[in-house]
Amino acid sequence: RTMKYATATGRNITKVLIANRGEIACRVMRTAKKMGVQSVAVYSEADRNSMHVDMADEAYSIGPAPSQQSYLSMEKIIQVAKISAAQVSHEEIYNAKGISSAIHPGYGFLSENMEFAELCKQEGIIFIGPLSSAIRDMGIKSTAKSIMAAAGVPVVEGYHGEDQSDQCLKEHAGRIGYPVMIKAIRGGGGKGMRIIRSEKEFQEQLESARREAKKSFNDDAMLIEKFVDTPRHVEVQVFGDHHGNAVYLFERDCSVQRRHQKIIEEAPGPGIKPEVRKKLGEAAVRAAKAVNYVGAGTVEFIMDSKHDFYFMEMNTRLQVEHPTTEMITGTDLVEWQLRIAAGEKIPLSQEEITLQGHAFEARIYAEDPNNDFMPGAGPLVHLSTPRADLSTRIETGVRQGDEVSVHYDPMIAKLVVWAADRQAALTKLRYSLRQYNIVGLHTNIDFLLRLTGHPEFEAGNVHTDFIPQHRKELLSSRKAAAKEVLCQAALGLILKEKTVSDDFKIQTQDQYSPFASSSGRRLNICYTRNVTLRDGKNNVAIAVTYNHDGSYSMQIGDKTFQVLGDLYSEEDCTYLKCSVNGVASKPKLIILENTIYLFSMEESIQIDIPVPKYLSSVSSAGTEGGTIAPMAGTIEKVFVKAGDKVHAGDSLMVMIAMKMEHIIRAPKDGTIKRVFYKEGSQANRHAPLVEFEEEESDKKEAE
Amino acid sequence: LAGEVAPDNVPENYLFVFILSILNRQKQGSSAEAMTSGALGAENYEQMKALVGQLRERAQRIRLGGGEKARERHKSRGKLLPRERVDGLIDPGSVHTESPFLELSQFAGYQLYDDEVVPAGGIITGIGRVSGVECMIVANDATVKGVDSGGAHLRRQADVFPDRDHFGRIFYNQAIMSSKNITQIAVVMGSCTAGGAYVPAMADENIIVRKQGTIFLAGPPLVKAATGEEVSAEDLGGADLHCRKSGVTDYYALDDNHALHLTRKIVRNLNYQKKLDVTIEPSEDPLFPADELYGIVGANLKRNFDVREVIARLVDGSRFSEFKALYGDTLVTGFARIFGYPVGIIGNNGVLFSESAKKASTGTHFVQLCCQRKIPLLFLQNITGFMVGRDYEAEGIAKDGAKMVAAVACANVPKMTVIIGGSYGAGNYGMCGRAYSPRFLYLWPNARISVMGGEQAANVLATIAKDQRAQEGKQFSSAEEAALKEPIIARFEEEGNPYYSSARLWDDGIVDPVDTRLVLGLSISAALNAPIQKTDFGVLRIALASSHRPTPSHDRL
Repeated sequence: RTMKYATATGRNITKVLIANRGEIACRVMRTAKKMGVQSVAVYSEADRNSMHVDMADEAYSIGPAPSQQSYLSMEKIIQVAKISAAQVSHEEIYNAKGISSAIHPGYGFLSENMEFAELCKQEGIIFIGPLSSAIRDMGIKSTAKSIMAAAGVPVVEGYHGEDQSDQCLKEHAGRIGYPVMIKAIRGGGGKGMRIIRSEKEFQEQLESARREAKKSFNDDAMLIEKFVDTPRHVEVQVFGDHHGNAVYLFERDCSVQRRHQKIIEEAPGPGIKPEVRKKLGEAAVRAAKAVNYVGAGTVEFIMDSKHDFYFMEMNTRLQVEHPTTEMITGTDLVEWQLRIAAGEKIPLSQEEITLQGHAFEARIYAEDPNNDFMPGAGPLVHLSTPRADLSTRIETGVRQGDEVSVHYDPMIAKLVVWAADRQAALTKLRYSLRQYNIVGLHTNIDFLLRLTGHPEFEAGNVHTDFIPQHRKELLSSRKAAAKEVLCQAALGLILKEKTVSDDFKIQTQDQYSPFASSSGRRLNICYTRNVTLRDGKNNVAIAVTYNHDGSYSMQIGDKTFQVLGDLYSEEDCTYLKCSVNGVASKPKLIILENTIYLFSMEESIQIDIPVPKYLSSVSSAGTEGGTIAPMAGTIEKVFVKAGDKVHAGDSLMVMIAMKMEHIIRAPKDGTIKRVFYKEGSQANRHAPLVEFEEEESDKKEAE
Repeated sequence: LAGEVAPDNVPENYLFVFILSILNRQKQGSSAEAMTSGALGAENYEQMKALVGQLRERAQRIRLGGGEKARERHKSRGKLLPRERVDGLIDPGSVHTESPFLELSQFAGYQLYDDEVVPAGGIITGIGRVSGVECMIVANDATVKGVDSGGAHLRRQADVFPDRDHFGRIFYNQAIMSSKNITQIAVVMGSCTAGGAYVPAMADENIIVRKQGTIFLAGPPLVKAATGEEVSAEDLGGADLHCRKSGVTDYYALDDNHALHLTRKIVRNLNYQKKLDVTIEPSEDPLFPADELYGIVGANLKRNFDVREVIARLVDGSRFSEFKALYGDTLVTGFARIFGYPVGIIGNNGVLFSESAKKASTGTHFVQLCCQRKIPLLFLQNITGFMVGRDYEAEGIAKDGAKMVAAVACANVPKMTVIIGGSYGAGNYGMCGRAYSPRFLYLWPNARISVMGGEQAANVLATIAKDQRAQEGKQFSSAEEAALKEPIIARFEEEGNPYYSSARLWDDGIVDPVDTRLVLGLSISAALNAPIQKTDFGVLRIALASSHRPTPSHDRL
């Protein structure tokens, strides 16, 4: 399997620039390091301190945070590639026959940009990806389909013609038969796409899709396809080289999606028979060969319940979910990319590529599943992950303390696990997800746990409508925390305070004074502390009695619990080793500001510590009124000024965050006292936006 | 270590108990179990446990304050109960947490006014840490008498108004304390009427809770009676008036919790630093479980025990460096540490008996050492008095006793006294009784304090009565004698009781033997906030310990 790095073509990659950020930049660098190839990072102002910059051998700033001015700026990236290519040592120049610098585009950004691939070629830089012609052909869906149909790849019935008249499109829709899907030809990510179930709604939906397409891609040309109900999304990993070879590395199932974006992927596809697998692979190879494909690509198919499949599109880049394929084939696809880009042949023949076991990838996002998966941003105040090993991979570009930026994709990490079979891999995935604990922003981890624990998912009955279909079970509303858990939270709080107190004690001269202890001791009586915790929207009163033996009796309602325990630390994490009425457990404990987080194998719990009213005059307006920023973003419009009278539900502001508009509405009738932000300014998550005059009713309540 | 705890010449019974302790440690079982290995220990243990049970039960009732109704009424107004206020003030979270509270005079007024129940005298007092600073906290309990701070109980005005240490002294003390740079902070959470108005007005800084606190020299009823003016309490002296117009108050609190928060902030801004005049070492738990004290001491004052056994359960690592261990045996002196603080301990082993003069001079010597070195003194009182009799008088016990009394009186180091058994007669003086101004004086629930034991007193009175009868040529029957003695014994028993003492503020509190170490640690810590003063001893008569003093056995020979 070992091949010489310098090849017949005489190209030798000694340096690779990664025109990307986050986990994929780190992923590429890891392989580059392994191969002894220097890595060059580029970064925007927002990423100055990010992980991919730290990992790189060299790093160059390429502009401000917005990706249009940084990661999407072809000129700047090419310029950096040239500068960094000049920074090679004398020996390298002396030894190498033809030194080349290369650009790995990762995924997203410029990865499927034909112009960029072309520009690289002109500048003598190796673009790690297919030829620009293949990007172009596969980028336009109608062209792709006709090429595939000609090559004998099954395609879904549809219309990909030039005639974009309403009449023509409608006729074709009728011919294909409803339901149909109309899609923007240049579309992607679900934008400019509509499902039309009957002729009646055709016109309206068409216009809506066109408007969206025009806005997003500046091109409103549409194609029509047969709509496959509850289809599966199955894709095949292919590789081609400069020598005309192409192979497939089996399929991945990426059916389970939200917002038309993948959330969990697995390889191989569950329930797919070897014959179908072979047919899929061979079709994908035909597709790759039809466009003289070089490098890593993915051929996406739509698969119906009878396991018939149709070509959808080809992604001419390395996919987010490529690690699942690596896990079941024992390959390093980035290494393959680099070697093929250097002119080598595909490292393995089709016969040598074997499938072993089963892999899952779960994408951990900063988003709020209970709020329509609204993307989030903010600091990763606490981040702890399962331990990485041969069968557990954590692909991430962030560390504890980093920020998930509003400017880019809110993916935090990919958790990839492998086991001998699907059930074992699923068990391992769930176990590992339990150990993936994040505090500071909303994530989809709990959602992923419910998803992967769903019996239908376990049975492999996946399809693209999985989440909408099982929404109820997957998004079950928050249950009240068990009293035992509240006891744990209270104990965690008390013990944590104690450690802070102990730390402080050491700084004082009088450190052994029993007054400095946290025993809460009283003379001849026991001290009872009234702790109030907030579970969701409910305040829970806990009377904690400090027993002389160091244990606590905690009374919630009419139940009393005997609680004891202590904290211990392991690898930067604090665990609460505790016993509640004799039942022992050791959840991970994190207390940040006014929230207690408990992570255990059973559940992850978040309990708030209510802030006294006298400390929260500003934020209380937020909690009652909701006039706080739902996420970090830019204030686009301000509709009100101080002194305005507003009614509940009136629009106060428009905020742009994660490329979406959010209307901030008045939570109640009242008079505006202050507006904290101007148009164009940036607001952090939970920042108060508008303050109301204190009303008589509030005053009364305060009394 | 055993060598340090047990000097070479330990009496046999001491060794016996000591071995018991070791056995107990090996068994790793509860000390109760260990102490049951001796029938006497078991009996002692049960007796003391019963007394401690009674103590806790009584304290628990006091903890509730006023009656259920009064408490409910208080809470329904959105106010915190007084003990909740104290708890909320004492380092409740974040940097300083759940600091202990050294409550003082918990049994003030206990069974003092017949049917009138005044839990803790209607005022919760004690020392606790606020923002890391040890503060004396005084909280009026409005649920007890229905009056808030300061207002005098009109029906008992003669008992509270005219004398030196009556009400007026509060404000006198405030002024004097202020002149000595002792900060005072007042939190007005209820009505401060008349004299009570001076408490916040004389404080360095004060806080008032809106629609709850009022300050005025005369309340609305008196104003109406005096001038006919009708005015609401709030308009007459509420938070808005005093914060906005009169300037009597400095901080405006929205509610009790807010007021406590502001108080903690004020303390943080005092820029106060505790400077220790003593060396400290890391604190260590004693080697022996504290509840073994129950089995060692028991409730029967006639049963002797070795005070070293007590010391071994109070001091750091059970380490006690005994001073003049071989010179007499009824007074034990030596150095130890409690919670890392140095302490000089003087403990009684029963009556100042055979070599009392030696021991009294040892006590004097030891007090002088501690004063010279600025080491706090701890007196563990269990003393039936000085030995009486011709030999002892001849030996000059009066002189030696007086010398120790003088030394103890003059000693300017922090003094603390715990009465762990009997405290009778002049022994009380030499061992720093209340009259000798110990900073703190505590009683164990088994303790008795009186001029002499009840039986001795009854005997004395019976003897006198008998003599009188004899002079009159009359008989004094044993029945008559018993009738005379019984009420005397009963009366001494009642008046010598720790609750009787505590109710009258003759001490600072009744302490469970198990808590003694903690209470002493807190007390020393509190006392060390003041610089330790130099001691000037007065005239101490020269000691001439007679080396050939006849012993009782010589006499017999």
